[in-house]
Amino acid sequence: MSTASRQRSRHLVLSLPRGGSLRGTRRPLWAGAITALSCLVLLALGVFTGTYHIGTAEVFDVLGGGGSAMDRFIVVGQRMPRVCAALLVGAGLGLAGSLFQSLSRNPLGSPDIIGFTTGSTTGALAALLIGGGTSLGAGGGALLGGLATALLVHVLSAMRGAVGGRLIVTGIAVGAMLASVNDFLITRADIESAESAKAWTFGSLNAITWPHVVPAAAAFPLLLAATVVLARPLQMMSMGDDTAAALGVRVDRIRALTLLVGVAWTAVAIAVAGPIGFLALAAPQLARRLARSGGVPVFTAALMGALLLACADFAGQRLLAPFQIPVGLVTGALGGLYLMWLLYRKV
Amino acid sequence: MSPPAPARPSTPAPPRARRASRRAWGWFACLAVAALLFLVSLGAGSRGIPLDGVWRALVHRDGTAESVIVWQLRMPRSLLACVVGSALGVAGVVMQAVTRNPLAEPGLVGVNAGASFAVVVAISAFGITRASGYVWFAFVGALAAASAVYGLTARNSRTGQHIRLVLAGAAMSATLGACTGVLTMFNSQAFDSYRFWVVGSLEDRGTAALVASAPFVALGIAIALPLGPSLNALALGEETSTALGLRTRTVRIAGFTAVMLLCGAATAAAGPIAFVGLVVPHALRMLLGPDVRWLLVYAIPVGAALVLVSDVVGRLIAPPGEIEAGIVTAFIGAPVLMWLVNRRKGVRL
Repeated sequence: MSTASRQRSRHLVLSLPRGGSLRGTRRPLWAGAITALSCLVLLALGVFTGTYHIGTAEVFDVLGGGGSAMDRFIVVGQRMPRVCAALLVGAGLGLAGSLFQSLSRNPLGSPDIIGFTTGSTTGALAALLIGGGTSLGAGGGALLGGLATALLVHVLSAMRGAVGGRLIVTGIAVGAMLASVNDFLITRADIESAESAKAWTFGSLNAITWPHVVPAAAAFPLLLAATVVLARPLQMMSMGDDTAAALGVRVDRIRALTLLVGVAWTAVAIAVAGPIGFLALAAPQLARRLARSGGVPVFTAALMGALLLACADFAGQRLLAPFQIPVGLVTGALGGLYLMWLLYRKV
Repeated sequence: MSPPAPARPSTPAPPRARRASRRAWGWFACLAVAALLFLVSLGAGSRGIPLDGVWRALVHRDGTAESVIVWQLRMPRSLLACVVGSALGVAGVVMQAVTRNPLAEPGLVGVNAGASFAVVVAISAFGITRASGYVWFAFVGALAAASAVYGLTARNSRTGQHIRLVLAGAAMSATLGACTGVLTMFNSQAFDSYRFWVVGSLEDRGTAALVASAPFVALGIAIALPLGPSLNALALGEETSTALGLRTRTVRIAGFTAVMLLCGAATAAAGPIAFVGLVVPHALRMLLGPDVRWLLVYAIPVGAALVLVSDVVGRLIAPPGEIEAGIVTAFIGAPVLMWLVNRRKGVRL
């Protein structure tokens, strides 16, 4: 077999009408299919199994529209929204991470490293403890706090020209300040509200219901479309701003839009589940390794994020059952280990 | 008959000796400032006492309200601030010299997270609630976390890799923080003790914390001070310092032992107080240059002064409430970290 034909066999060219074409290697397709399949398996596991035992036939009954009221409540009201939320939030965080990483051209440029997550926690804690707010208020506070922090970190690190390393250390510094503010806020509350606020800051999918999930599901297609549109100019910008500008990319505009969409993804995730650490860092990197592709692997990153969060939630739910570990703690512990492994390997 | 030795000029003194005497005087000035701040710390608070009142209460321990406040409430607290501040300052100098990394700070490299995790284990699994009990746990936790972080990044010491140490520390803190979170969720009582310990407060620690931590801090400083010349040699690089006859491994181990004793004791006594170990060495280096011997000696009064100031500011900023010293130091230290990273020249030792 000649080199050219072997090359062709690994590449895939899909002709589009009006002379366009989509091209790529086969590997991302395989990677995407496997991840999507695993997501489906987890979806089924989440719906069919649980601490409260319901037989498989009964679950099918419920899904068909029948079943007892109790079974209906457990399957439709409790298990399904939880699995859906895990998949949605995971996909959103995977995309947020992949946008931020291609923006800062640094695999560590994820929302939690650059202080976004700590800032949104500060906002939510302030809303919960000072405003005495509800979980909806906490979501709003999280949005405002996170946005303000992202803005602050970007302004501070861009004063001398944004370089990846500076952005990240500035984020860690701002994060350290805000973390001490968070600890302070928690000491000033009585023990019960302090515990519930602390539980919120861990990031959890426990006791999630459809009203939490529906707004996120509604925002999902819109943001996904925006991300897909941004993927191509971002790939060009990975070759350098000048090259991208020469190719006709309006660099500043794309950068601002990317920041906006990335922040929106993170905000949606935080509003549903609270701050969930390290997922946005790990998902795009793992997706990139699995798909062996450069650039922004949009769909693989989303699927990988969904898979990781669904796995983590499943583990947190079953590991010490009936005690449920908040999913944010599972991802925090595993994500930290993953980052350490990355640092160790890249010597 | 040998020719008579040329007479040494008596005046002016050689510049080296003059500089040394100037630095010795400067050190006493720092000590005086720290002592003054100590008196201010005895007087400041929700019930303010003027300096002459403080002096009177100190001299006549006669059971008046003022002397009770000064002797029983503010004296242990101020002494603890001095002990913790000196410990963290010296630890910062040693750590930056041993790792040859200007961003090395006990809190940033995961010492605090390790100590926090160990303290929560002590509270929740063993029911220990006194500082004198969990000081040992804090030691072990600090030691394990910092060794792991240093081990992850020690294999290269090229410049430009400084940020890796900070990142490995952040990763370690995230992992341990999540484990701490799980434990505090299980145990409501542990959470209640933990949330007041973790803000880094000097209030209500009592004399027990002071008595438990002071010997370890003294031991740590006693190990650190003689290391000065060796750490100066280490700054020349691994090969050069080995060629000069320095046993680099021994120096590293001694340095890390000192850091663990100092940070473990300080963190166990007052909770994690961040950034003192970063700010003090950098401020001193700007004034004194890179000589580690002087940095170590100066770090004792200057570290104490910084924590005293933070504690006093925290007491005065929001009367009648207080803001913990650890929060004040974070707000002083984080901007310093940003400034260091943003400098055009880059970060240097």
